[in-house]
Amino acid sequence: MTLAWDSLSSFLAMGGHGLYVWGAFGMTAAVVAAECWTLMRAPRPGDTP
Amino acid sequence: MAAARPSPPWTPSRPDAPRSTWLRFASPLHFTRLVDGLAPPLMLAAAVLTVIGLATGLLIAPTDHQQGEAYRIIFVHVPAAWMSMIVYLAMAAWAAVGLVFHTRVAFALARALAPTGALMTFLALWTGALWGQPTWGTWWVWDARLTSELLLLFLYLGVMSLHAAIDDPQRADRAAAVLALVGVVNVPVIYFSVQWWNTLHQGASVSLTRSPSMAGTMLAGMLVMALAAWAYCAAAALMRARTLVRQGQAFETQLAVRRDPR
Repeated sequence: MTLAWDSLSSFLAMGGHGLYVWGAFGMTAAVVAAECWTLMRAPRPGDTP
Repeated sequence: MAAARPSPPWTPSRPDAPRSTWLRFASPLHFTRLVDGLAPPLMLAAAVLTVIGLATGLLIAPTDHQQGEAYRIIFVHVPAAWMSMIVYLAMAAWAAVGLVFHTRVAFALARALAPTGALMTFLALWTGALWGQPTWGTWWVWDARLTSELLLLFLYLGVMSLHAAIDDPQRADRAAAVLALVGVVNVPVIYFSVQWWNTLHQGASVSLTRSPSMAGTMLAGMLVMALAAWAYCAAAALMRARTLVRQGQAFETQLAVRRDPR
């Protein structure tokens, strides 16, 4: 098993499609983080209403 | 309008209450305890699987000989698209259970699945657009796969809006459940659209009857990410349903106090 990349810059560039690939992964991370945040903020028993 | 409804058979005060184990979880108390136990391990599993899946997909899986590196969007696109359909099926199933058994927990699950499903649908469309531009030369086409997935997003938003638009919680639950059930016909349309119509969208990459058309590490990364997405959606929906069940109980308590202040 070998890494598909020889340098960090080639990994970030994604063969010239970095903006598309990281745009997809970044939006997914943002959406999941936002949902987790709203779930964590949900009122719990014992909270004052 | 409030027709007298016979008390459901699992009401603890009824002497002939069934001892069935799964009906026990229709009780809000058992359900919230079940979620307390299930949500943390599911979230942990989602996190661990995401790390493994991302490492496999982004670091180890080879470059695709046709699409170059843009294909790596598959590691979020396919899991999000699968979950957008699976979550809808789960939502419709709980809606049906709620309509048949009048269980508050089933309606809460149906309602809790909608925002997570809508987010997965949005992610499938977003990542699909970012994949379409470098591979097809366009962000969007009105082909059958993309259009039916967009319709799925509108169905989720419709179910959520309809629920929000009705004041009486029980009527809102039933109306949203009926809409969720009507919309379920769209799910097979999405899934089979690439076979039924001539679409720009490629056919299924994974099939139970054919050997996979992709490299082993690509397939492994995608399946691990799909499992991560499944665990995440289950945890998120269960946690949201727990909040809805608690809110429902608080609402009932308020009503009871107002009716019989002591």
